[in-house]
Amino acid sequence: MSLLNEPFWKVFISSFSKEVWDSILPSVSDTLYMTLVASVITLIFGVILGIVLTVTNPTGLAPVKPLYTSMGGFINVLRSLPQMIMIILMIPVSRLIFGKSYGTNACIIAIAASCIPMYARMVESSLLEIEKGKIDAAKALGSTNFQIITKVIIPETFPSLIRGFTVAVISVISMTALAGSFGAGGIGDIAVRFGYQRFQHDVLFATVYVLVILVQGIQLIGDRVSRHILIKRHLLSAGARKRRKHYEKKSDKDTSNSNISAGVSSNAGRVLTN
Amino acid sequence: MAEFVTIKNLHKNFIKDSVPIKVLNGVNLTVNKGEIFGVIGFSGAGKSTLARCINRLETPDSGEIYVDGTEILSLSDKELRKKRKKIGMVFQNFNLFESKTVYQNIAYPLVIDGYKKSEIRKKVLEAAEMVGLSDKLSEYPGGLSGGQKQRVGIARALVGDPELLLSDESTSALDPQTTIQILDLLKEINKKTNITILMITHELDAIKYTCRKMAVLENGEITEEGLVEDIFRNPTSRTGALFAKVFNEMQHAELGDGAGI
Ligand SMILES: Nc1ncnc2c1ncn2[C@@H]1O[C@H](COP(=O)(O)OP(=O)(O)OP(=O)(O)O)[C@@H](O)[C@H]1O
Ligand SMILES: [Mg+2]
Repeated sequence: MSLLNEPFWKVFISSFSKEVWDSILPSVSDTLYMTLVASVITLIFGVILGIVLTVTNPTGLAPVKPLYTSMGGFINVLRSLPQMIMIILMIPVSRLIFGKSYGTNACIIAIAASCIPMYARMVESSLLEIEKGKIDAAKALGSTNFQIITKVIIPETFPSLIRGFTVAVISVISMTALAGSFGAGGIGDIAVRFGYQRFQHDVLFATVYVLVILVQGIQLIGDRVSRHILIKRHLLSAGARKRRKHYEKKSDKDTSNSNISAGVSSNAGRVLTN
Repeated sequence: MAEFVTIKNLHKNFIKDSVPIKVLNGVNLTVNKGEIFGVIGFSGAGKSTLARCINRLETPDSGEIYVDGTEILSLSDKELRKKRKKIGMVFQNFNLFESKTVYQNIAYPLVIDGYKKSEIRKKVLEAAEMVGLSDKLSEYPGGLSGGQKQRVGIARALVGDPELLLSDESTSALDPQTTIQILDLLKEINKKTNITILMITHELDAIKYTCRKMAVLENGEITEEGLVEDIFRNPTSRTGALFAKVFNEMQHAELGDGAGI
């Protein structure tokens, strides 16, 4: 159904029809596959590169200035390439690895090449957030650099690493859509073939719903998880409503002892100011 | 008494905007085994730098530092890590690991040292008992008061049985009542384990309450050293005199309501 010869509301209703969803569902699974694989690759290499950047930083644990500068430069070059150019550039690389330059796996290479440098920078800035005093404490206790990274810096900055990864996954999703038009299949491919070339706007709408739900879902999960960790560590107060409920429950148990409730409310004050 | 920490002619400059700032200017200091030794000085005098040179969080430019007979500055990285496990340190802002519970914070030095789980448990419970935090072991530091946080810091510094404790303004972020509790704790631990404590502070009260001997650090040099009561009664350095004056005036002011240490 096309907006060219049907009113908007008819196209809109049709975008929820069974035929439309039957035609896009296989490509949704393609998109999910690309997102999953590209995100995992981005996570692994982004974290490794981010750690190397942090450690070799002139003020880092083991400064190696030439490595830091050259790696930083290389990452900046990759980051300055528009995503479409990256896809085209990666065609010969994919041919080298998979023997063909098109298809889902070929595009995963391009997506990773574009998202790894971005996530590496985000990992670097997350890891640099750690207070220097904690590293001093770890050193004073006799830690090796490896122990400082794995047992102190990463756990301490974990909520921030998760938020960064959320952003990275979302940009992976948006790039799978772009890669679709270069033979990767998936949602982007559907949107171009049906929505652009055949004017089937109901199908186009449906692909938009999928992308929006995917991105919102990822963002929601990322926010929830990092918030949960911060609240668990008492570094962020739970929502005011939740908190009040919690205390009402407590004071129900022991209404006779006013000392306790006074203690609890001052406790709440401290958590809120933290 | 045996010398435990000996510092000889210690120099340290920081380079700021390619201009060297002289922070330590030939510090000489001797601390005997089992002592609680105070170092006092105004802000910027170089107290933290001095403490941080002892476990080599800062690398001095020249000089010698001996801890229990070992020259610190000539140790290899591996030897240094081993030595650091015998030198505890507590900080003004605690520097606890916020991703770890109280138990995990105290256990950290043992975990990185590869102790057995059962042994870790035994030692952590002991250390928590000593600092009075046995009921907080599953809390995260973010949910503790300042005094409780410093108790965790002390337990974490002491769980590996060090022979020297560097305390850099460990009570400066705490209220007077909590300060006394923490100082009492340090005194008690010193008595029980005979650990040597180097107490760095700008609070004269804290030194008077805890130490028998002290030194005054001024512009990167030790300008005065001796028994605490002598320095209070008869200060010979500018900083010492200023501190003593302020302290005496405060005591007079507080006599009325009987407060103060
Ligand atoms: N990492 C650094 N880089 C540059 N300058 C530094 C550094 N650390 C300390 N300094 C300088 O060295 C001097 C002494 O600092 P230090 O922290 O040792 O003083 P302090 O006696 O501990 O003071 P405070 O009582 O405020 O803690 C200060 O002038 C400070 O600016
Ligand atoms: Mg200081």
